[in-house]
This record gives sequence, structure tokens and C-alpha cells, in this order.
Amino acid sequence: MTIEYRNIRNKLFKGIVIILTVICTLPLLLVLYRITKEGISAINWDFFVNLPKPVGEKGGGIANALVGSGLIILMASVFAIPLGISIGIYLSEFKKTKLAYFTLLSVDVLQGIPSIVIGIIIYLWVVKTMGHFSAVSGSIALSMMMLPAIIKSTEETLKLIPDTLKEASLSLGVPYYRTILKVILPAGITGILSGVILSVARVAGETAPLLFTAFGNPFMNTNITKPMSSLPSIIFNYAISPYEDWHKLAWGASFMLIAIILVLNIITKIAQRKWRVQF
Amino acid sequence: MTINRSYRKIKLQYIGRKEIRRINFTEASFKKMLLLSAIGLVVVLLAIFVTLLISSLPSIKAIGVGFIYGKTWDPVVDHYGGLPFLIGTLLTALLALIISIPFSLAVGLFLGEYFRSGVISGIFKNIIELLAAIPSVIYGFWGLFVLVPLVRSLETTLGVPPYGVGIFTSSIILAIMIIPYSVSLTAQVISLVPANLKEAAYSLGATRFEVIKNIILPYTRSGIFAGILLGLGRALGETMAVTMLIGNSHIIPTSIFSPGNTMASVIANEFTEATGDIYLSALIEMGLFLFVVTTIINVIGRRVIKRFSIN
Amino acid sequence: MAGTILKAKNFNAFFGQNQVLKNINLDIMRNDVVAVMGPSGCGKTTFIRCINRMHELTPDATAEGEILVDDKNVYKMNLIVLRRKIGMVFQRPNPFPTMSIYQNAIAGYLLNGIKLTKSKKDEVVETSLKRVALWDEVKDSLHKKGTFLSGGQQQRLCIARAISLNPEILLLDEPTSALDPISTSKIEELIYELKKNYTIIIVTHNMQQAGRISDKTAFFYLGEVLEYNVTKEIFTNPKHEKTQNYITGHFG
Ligand SMILES: Nc1ncnc2c1ncn2[C@@H]1O[C@H](COP(=O)(O)OP(=O)(O)OP(=O)(O)O)[C@@H](O)[C@H]1O
Ligand SMILES: [Mg+2]
Repeated sequence: MTIEYRNIRNKLFKGIVIILTVICTLPLLLVLYRITKEGISAINWDFFVNLPKPVGEKGGGIANALVGSGLIILMASVFAIPLGISIGIYLSEFKKTKLAYFTLLSVDVLQGIPSIVIGIIIYLWVVKTMGHFSAVSGSIALSMMMLPAIIKSTEETLKLIPDTLKEASLSLGVPYYRTILKVILPAGITGILSGVILSVARVAGETAPLLFTAFGNPFMNTNITKPMSSLPSIIFNYAISPYEDWHKLAWGASFMLIAIILVLNIITKIAQRKWRVQF
Repeated sequence: MTINRSYRKIKLQYIGRKEIRRINFTEASFKKMLLLSAIGLVVVLLAIFVTLLISSLPSIKAIGVGFIYGKTWDPVVDHYGGLPFLIGTLLTALLALIISIPFSLAVGLFLGEYFRSGVISGIFKNIIELLAAIPSVIYGFWGLFVLVPLVRSLETTLGVPPYGVGIFTSSIILAIMIIPYSVSLTAQVISLVPANLKEAAYSLGATRFEVIKNIILPYTRSGIFAGILLGLGRALGETMAVTMLIGNSHIIPTSIFSPGNTMASVIANEFTEATGDIYLSALIEMGLFLFVVTTIINVIGRRVIKRFSIN
Repeated sequence: MAGTILKAKNFNAFFGQNQVLKNINLDIMRNDVVAVMGPSGCGKTTFIRCINRMHELTPDATAEGEILVDDKNVYKMNLIVLRRKIGMVFQRPNPFPTMSIYQNAIAGYLLNGIKLTKSKKDEVVETSLKRVALWDEVKDSLHKKGTFLSGGQQQRLCIARAISLNPEILLLDEPTSALDPISTSKIEELIYELKKNYTIIIVTHNMQQAGRISDKTAFFYLGEVLEYNVTKEIFTNPKHEKTQNYITGHFG
């Protein structure tokens, strides 16, 4: 093997790596391009304030889906945030226990469960019990999908907080629970919050777990015990419909969804960089 | 130095019995809450398995192993053979895996070895992260309007029936969706290769390609395998994009361009319309299958990673 | 006010199977400054952490025997009462990173949920910061984060935080080991000042420091107290050969 050959092979390989990497970015750019192009033209005042209209009528909007997504995610956060932080605290405070091992294992398993299976489970647990589809069942399904990210970010953030901080507080006679709530959590708030925001961004686009829980609703509904529309379910239903008008609404809804997800991602990036607590 | 000592009068060390009792109670409740939440999660996971199992029983009893090799799925006559979906699921997932592996490896090397830090690395890292952030339903929607026409013209050129939708289209979208998951692991393990190993090889005159081939890849084999495994786990259970792009045919696919169906997409399409008990139960049984398979894959994958990061 | 404030009786401490304090017997008088010295790993830190029961925070750490504060066994006291009675300053300054200087100075009140009026708060902050000679340096930036201060200033802030709760005993674990000479001398002056109101137990590796500030010195060796006496006596006329070697630097 000559040196020349080896050098060429070396350069060639690097070239291939770079080309393949660049190809990987194409889908993102193409998706963003198409959605922005089609989406922006679909967005106007009607889009935000009107309900979907029957095929052929102009001026339909997705007000019900925007409100629905907001409500469902808000409720899911209310369920998931305290529970996730609590489990995260347990994992970082009692890391050596057997229970911590099994809990961490459960977090990993939960993270890997296909979202459609979560949908089935919540259907069996909640929808069947209530007797009908409801927004709250959708929120429960989404909250289960939020938990792993919240738990992990809490656990990983708290693990990095020096023990001396906890000792400083305890040595002042501060009870353990106040030490955790007033010293440890505030010191880790940035990491925990970015986990929460990321988990919201992740479930904002989840469709499968809502199919048999929140279901969807062509009308405006704010009653959480009734079926409710959401951005992803409206995208799904309209995307597979044969009507041009509805496709347009679906592009607009996709644009909204992507914009929300991008903003949430950017917020976490900034938070992690700027508002980090210095020890 | 004169110091105002009046605050000495605050009786700090004196805490009333009542106060102490209240603090002790709150303290105990707080610890109990942490404990219960952790137990709760384990219980929920077990409950998920048990629920799926119990709800699958009617179908398991009625159909038995025929569920696996039965070729026809016809709810009208209460006939539930899952083979077409099993094949559809495995075929799409494996094809997606094959498509994604070279890309995952390349991006892993790009971020973990060639461009470990700096602006370029930052840009590509963010792009890959965003690739994972795009919802499945949007990939499906985009695929319908962009990918399907492309595949259709490819099929016309090849002379196969131009469905546009089908196993092949779904696999491409699936590959795009699992690349970020594999990459995040691959890049991580590659960046963890000890510098002294690489330097030893460089000092012997090896080129970077030779270092990658002879040092980095052998060293990171198990980590890369775990990344691929976790990607497979995702591909098996991915629902929305596949549902929109696979064509939803109950016939066993004959080629990679055939339309088909995966377990997840059958559940998505038919669950709310499943009327009979056995029908619903058969769909849940597929959910159980997905749950068990992805759980095994995840547990193994994470084990491998943990062992890798300890070494 | 004279008399014994702290008494260790046949005290033993363990990390798992490993016994790190062996049969400690020690009487400490009110308003004394006691220096705890000895080679690395001999159990100094463990000893003072047993006094306010921080020792038991370590998993597997246990203790037996008695430590009496004001004739009360610390292991029978309520933890909160005990720890408010005994302030602690750590080897590395550890101000609360989310709190301002002002809040750090009254952290004991804030975190314990003790309600104070605004003027009372100002008063406590000013008094404690003045006592640690930090007031003049920070009075214009009270609302900046405590972590922006220099190491020496942070350590003084931590002492202020500990004394603002008016403990009776102050435990200091090598408080100056991470500091420059100027900050160190400031803290030594401070200890001299604080001695009027508090009983101080200070772990130090610095012989001169012990000589300058302490009334008594306890010399620890392999988990035992080899010698406990008036500091001057220990330095000029050590009873034990090991002590002699240590203070003359002929150790190990
Ligand atoms: N968390 C711990 N777990 C187990 N053993 C410990 C722990 N902390 C200390 N030890 C052991 O206890 C013994 C006494 O430690 P200690 O920290 O009290 O020593 P020290 O006198 O303060 O030393 P130094 O001067 O280095 O601070 C040492 O042998 C040490 O190895
Ligand atoms: Mg020490």
C-alpha cells in the first residue's frame, strides 16, 4: 500500500462522511421549506378565530384545535410536572436503593413504549371507565409521555448540585423538605425547566396517543370531560382527506405546530446557556 | 465596634412542641410523597403490562398461535391473522434500519470525531436535534405530498405498479426519523474513545481513516450497536407517519414497493372502529407484542450503553 | 457564664465497618476557642460533624457514645433545635447560589420560614455582616448574588450566615484553607472578635493559626485524642512524642 493510496483513501472517507452528513440535514430543510411556504399562505385572521368549515366554504380556521392543544397540554403538564420532579428527586436523593434501580428501569422502559400503546392503555384505563372519549384522558396519555424527560432532567440536574449546598442548609437547622424545596430545587431550576419545556415540545406534536383518548372534535369545546380537537389530530385528519381546502388548513396547522416546537427548543437552548446557576 | 444586639432577643432556638410536631409531620409526608411517586411509576409500568395481557386474553384464547401465521385479517368474518402486519412491521423497520445505518455512522463520526466542537459542529448538532423534534404526523403529511410523488415516478421508471405509498416510502420516512436517535448515541460513544489510544496509532503513522477503522470502530462497536438497537425500537412502534404512507393494505407485501400495514398502523386505523370483543382484543394483542418487543430492545440497549460508559 | 458547654463521653464514630473515632473524651468550656489538629485522615472533620450530627447524613455512617451540649445528649435532641444551636462553616465557602448577599446573610431565617419585619431583616443583615467585617465591602451591592464575591468574602459571608442565627457554638472546618493570606488574617481577627460571644471549635492544619487564635488545642491521631490542653502548653511542652513530632514538623 503506497502512502499516496492511503492518503487518498483518507480524504475520500472524510468526503463521504461530510456528504452523508449534509444529506441528513436535507429532510429538515425540505420539511421546513415546504411547511413555511404552504403554511404562511394559509394563515390569516380567520385561521385563528374560526372553526373548520364544511368543504367548499371559505374562511375555515382551526380555533378549536389551538384551544384544544393548549388545554390538553396544560393539563398534561399539571399532571406530569409535580410527579416527574418528585420522582426525579427520589432518584437523586436515594440513588443507591433497590427501588431507585427499578424506578430508573421503569423510566427507560416508559420512554421506549410506542406512543400508540400508551393510547391503548389510557383508552382501557380512562376512556372505558368514563364511557366516552375526553380531553382529560388525552392529557393523561400525554403526561405519561412527558414523564421520562422531566424525571431524567430533574435527576441529572440535581445529581450535579454539590452536596455542600445541602449541608449548608441542613446545618442552619433547616428541615430536609425545606432544604430540598428551597435550596436544591431552586439551584437546579434551569435544568429542570428545560426538561419540562422539551417534554412539552415533544408531546405537542404527539398524535397517536390522542387518537383513542381526546379523539377530536369539529366544534369548539372547553369541557375537559368531552372529546377535544388538537393541532396534531387536525393535521392528521385533514392531511389524509381528499380536499384542497382542508389540506391548506393542515399546512397552516403544521406551520403553527412547527413554529411552537422551534420556539420551545430555542427557549431551552437560551435558558441552558444564560440562566445557569453558578455554584 | 458597637453592635446593636437587640435581635438577640428573638428566641430562635426555642421551637414549640407544636411547631416541631408540625415540621416532623411535613417532613414525613414529604418523604412519603417521594417514595410513593417512585413506587407509583414502577406500579404503573407493571400495570401497563398486566392490562395489555388481560385485555389480550380473549384474542389469545380464540385465535392462539394462528395469530402469528394467519394470513387473512377479516373482521367481518371474525378472522384475525396477524402475519401481514408482522411482516409489514419487520420489513419497514429493517429497511429503515438499513437505510439509516450509513447515515447514522457518518453523522456520528462527523460530530464525534471530525468536528467535535466549534461552529460547524454546533450547527449540525442543532439540525440533527431538530430532526428529532419534528412530529411524526408532520413527517407523514410532508411524505404524502413530497415523497409519494417522487416514489411514484421512480416506480413508473422501474416498471412496478406506481402506488407511491407503501413499504419503501414508509421506510425512508422512518429512516429519517430514527437517524437522530442513533446519532445522539453514536456520536457520544465515538467522542468517548480515549485520546491516548488514538494518539498511539497516529504516532505510528496511521491516517485518520485507519484510526477510525482500526481503533475507533472496534472500540465503540457495542455502543454503536446499542444506538442501532434503540433506533430499531423506535422504528417498530412508530405510528403516524407510517399510517399515512404505507397504503394500509391487509395483503402480505410481495415486494418493498407493495403497500402494506404495520401493527402500529393497523391499531391506529381500526381501534376506534373495532366492534367485536375479539376484534378489539386482537388489536390490543398487537399492542402487547409491540410493548414486549420494544421493552426488551430498550432494556438490552441501555444495558449495553451503561456497560460501555463504565468502561 | 463559665462552665462546660460541650462534653464528649466515650464517643466512637464509624463509616461502615471502619472506626474513625475511638473513645473520644473531651470537655469544652464556654467561650473557649478550641483548635482541633492532627494529621490528615485522623478524624477531625468527622469529629466536628458528629457534634451537629451532620455525620449521619453519610450513608452507612454510625456513632456510639455521647456528646452532650449543655448537658443534653445531642442524639436525643431535636435535630433542628440542635443545629440552630450550633453553627457550622465549611472548608470551601458555600453561599447559596440562588440567593443575593442580603438573602444569604439571613438565609437561616428565610429557609426556616422565620418571619421578620423588613427593618428587622435589615438590622440582622447589617449586624451580622458588620461582625464579619464584610459590611463595608458589600453594603452597596447587597442584592448581587453571593457567588460573585471573592473566596475570602464568600467565606466571611458564610460565617455571617452561621452567626446570624445566634448559635452558641460555632464549628469551623479549615475555614481558611482555600483562602489567601489577607483573607485568612481577616478571618482570624474575626474569630478573635467572635470568641466574646461564642464557643468556637476550629479544625486547622496551620500551627501558627492555632497558636494565634486558640485557647486550647486537641491533638487527634488515628481517631484518638492524644493530647488536649492549653494551646501554649501543647506547643511548648507536649506530653506526647507524636504531638512533639507533629508540631515540629518531623512527621511521618
Ligand atoms: N464519606 C466517607 N466514607 C467513608 N470513609 C470516610 C468518609 N469520610 C471520611 N472517611 C474516612 O474517615 C477517616 C477520617 O476522615 P476525616 O475527614 O474526619 O479526616 P480529617 O482529619 O478531617 O482529614 P483532613 O485533614 O484530610 O481533612 C479517614 O480515614 C477517611 O478515609
Ligand atoms: Mg477534614
